[in-house]
Amino acid sequence: MSTESARAVRGGQGKPLLSIRDFKVEYRTGSGATVQAVRGVDLDLYPGESLALVGESGCGKTTFGLGLLRLLPRLGHATGKVTFNRGDGAEIDVLGLDGKDLRAFRWRDAAMVFQGAMNAFNPLLKIRGHMHDTMRAHTKASKQEIEDRAGELLRLVRLEPARVMDSYPHELSGGMRQRVLIAMSLLLEPEVLILDEPTTALDILTQRSVVDVLHEVRERLGFSMIFISHDLALAAELADRVATMYAGRIIETGGVRDLFYRPRHPYTLGLIKAVPPIVGELPDMESIPGGPPSLAALPPGCKFNPRCRYATEECKEADPPLFPVTDEAGNDHAAACIHWKDVHLDRQVPKEDLGTAAS
Amino acid sequence: MTTTETVPAATAEGRKPLMTLEGVTQKFDTKAGPITAVDEVNLSINPGEVLCLVGESGSGKTTAARMAAGLARPSGGHVTYDGKDIWSLNRRDFKTFRRGVQYVHQDPYASLNPTRTILQTITAPLVKHGVVKGKRAAVQKAAELLTEVDLTPPENYLEKYPHQLSGGQRQRVAVARALTLDPKIIIADESTSMLDVSIRISVLEMLGRLRDDLNVGFLFITHDLAIAKYFGWHGKTAVMYLGRIVEFGPTPQIINSPTHPYTRALIDAIPEPDPDLTKTKGARGLRSMEIPSLAHLPSGCTFHPRCPLFEEGLCDGVVPELAEVRPGQSTACHVVARDGVEALQRDEPVA
Repeated sequence: MSTESARAVRGGQGKPLLSIRDFKVEYRTGSGATVQAVRGVDLDLYPGESLALVGESGCGKTTFGLGLLRLLPRLGHATGKVTFNRGDGAEIDVLGLDGKDLRAFRWRDAAMVFQGAMNAFNPLLKIRGHMHDTMRAHTKASKQEIEDRAGELLRLVRLEPARVMDSYPHELSGGMRQRVLIAMSLLLEPEVLILDEPTTALDILTQRSVVDVLHEVRERLGFSMIFISHDLALAAELADRVATMYAGRIIETGGVRDLFYRPRHPYTLGLIKAVPPIVGELPDMESIPGGPPSLAALPPGCKFNPRCRYATEECKEADPPLFPVTDEAGNDHAAACIHWKDVHLDRQVPKEDLGTAAS
Repeated sequence: MTTTETVPAATAEGRKPLMTLEGVTQKFDTKAGPITAVDEVNLSINPGEVLCLVGESGSGKTTAARMAAGLARPSGGHVTYDGKDIWSLNRRDFKTFRRGVQYVHQDPYASLNPTRTILQTITAPLVKHGVVKGKRAAVQKAAELLTEVDLTPPENYLEKYPHQLSGGQRQRVAVARALTLDPKIIIADESTSMLDVSIRISVLEMLGRLRDDLNVGFLFITHDLAIAKYFGWHGKTAVMYLGRIVEFGPTPQIINSPTHPYTRALIDAIPEPDPDLTKTKGARGLRSMEIPSLAHLPSGCTFHPRCPLFEEGLCDGVVPELAEVRPGQSTACHVVARDGVEALQRDEPVA
């Protein structure tokens, strides 16, 4: 188990836990055609870091998460280079894994918490059965060891093991199921946890309890997390770093404060302006016109240009790469927009100090 | 237990409200015994005004809305439209009520008939209620309605089927259909919760324009307080918990200075789209995260097992009534009624 503090190492320092280069996912559709759902993602995840992946539905967030764990449906095909630097020094080529090695990678090295906790369980198995199945499939732990480990994790997510272990999934509330799922995903002490919309469809107070549990277990266990969500507020709450996805690419990435207070891509800016905060007066709100493009018919140049109010003729010529938008040392804020200098969030920012390093 | 006076039955000008719910109660018989989904709810809705009904799932929001729309008959209390109980109206007046109150559902993927074109969907009520005569007039009217909901040019949409439209476009069609009969009130039940954040605001803006230009009143149901804040800023908000209204008042006051411990817990719990601000959030002081079952409601104030202000003997005895604690803002809490809104500050954590 990685027991170092949850403090993230950022801006290219240290060795990334997960290094993703030119990652692409293609889906075969009928009549031999293909669509690219993820179109070349470069991303590093550092030990202890929490990275949020935000964007509208249909921009490739979930496909990206599934691709990383090699969980794509048969018609999906991932290419590129995904290197996992395990805590023990081993370097694993994730896309090249097969059979036994792949099974070992999944759950023990990297686990996923799915959206919709009910569908992630076998309705005929009690929680105890799920725990034992998972442990037996991956380890040689004895019954007692499994009971102890499961109990420990359930308590960590603030559940009563005696009650929960003997329950069927349907006997638990939505928030409890989601917390059981988080506990299960941590059974084998993975170094990376991928969470796909873990609190969508939960009530406000239930969502809060799941969010608090996530904060707590991350503090205690120090795993890294890739957190997929369309909810910007959740990203602000849980992430150290945020990456905005649009039409299968990352179009802006940076520290959470940089991205929320100094967004430099019109799409990120648009998303921020579309979400009303709760506290305080009503700020100016704006929506992003139109919807995400169909992956089968992407516009030329920057994929966001048809919806962008900063767009010029030049934007239709080439899809811009990620430009670094700051020369601050150790800050990796980058945006894929040729007009990034003109993009500003004109809202009061609480503090001027926007350094990416967590304070 | 009638508390009509606590929720003002008429607006400031003394007009009679267009629609009222007076002591409305809905009981369901279930295997687990009878449950009271909505208990003694008083509300009023006026043209051009927004009334937000917020609460978590199971709080009775949708049941209350269905009764307001005349889709379910209350087991107690009265729903009135234009001063008359809707369940004692004659056929003709009931039809007027049906035309005057329209419902926009949550899921535009389920609420539009997949085998009908948008034109067929929109013209069906026009023809059924004899609003227009002849095909050409119907097409003309449908095109006007689509323009009203920002689906322009309408010719691009009339012949399409729902599956050819995005979620936001479908929801606009659902709103256009609700507008066919010139409604006075639209009941919007989580109408934007299925939509992507990026288009939610534009749909709300469109609804806001209908409210202002066509003087449509809204009963706006949502679990998302941020959305209630945005759409209902100039209106009122009622917070429901386990079938009862626990707090009622002008939206800005409910959001920025809630006076019921439950409302405050909700607002404290919602993450903010702002990394610094959201650090001030948390599940402050709630004694339990479990929502009690409607079949076994706690005695007295139903929030007492979770409430940070709980006082034995006071809170678990009788159900608290809504009482005005600030001008226009009323709260159903024994402790706040006794000690004033300062009581809420007591459990503030030490920073």
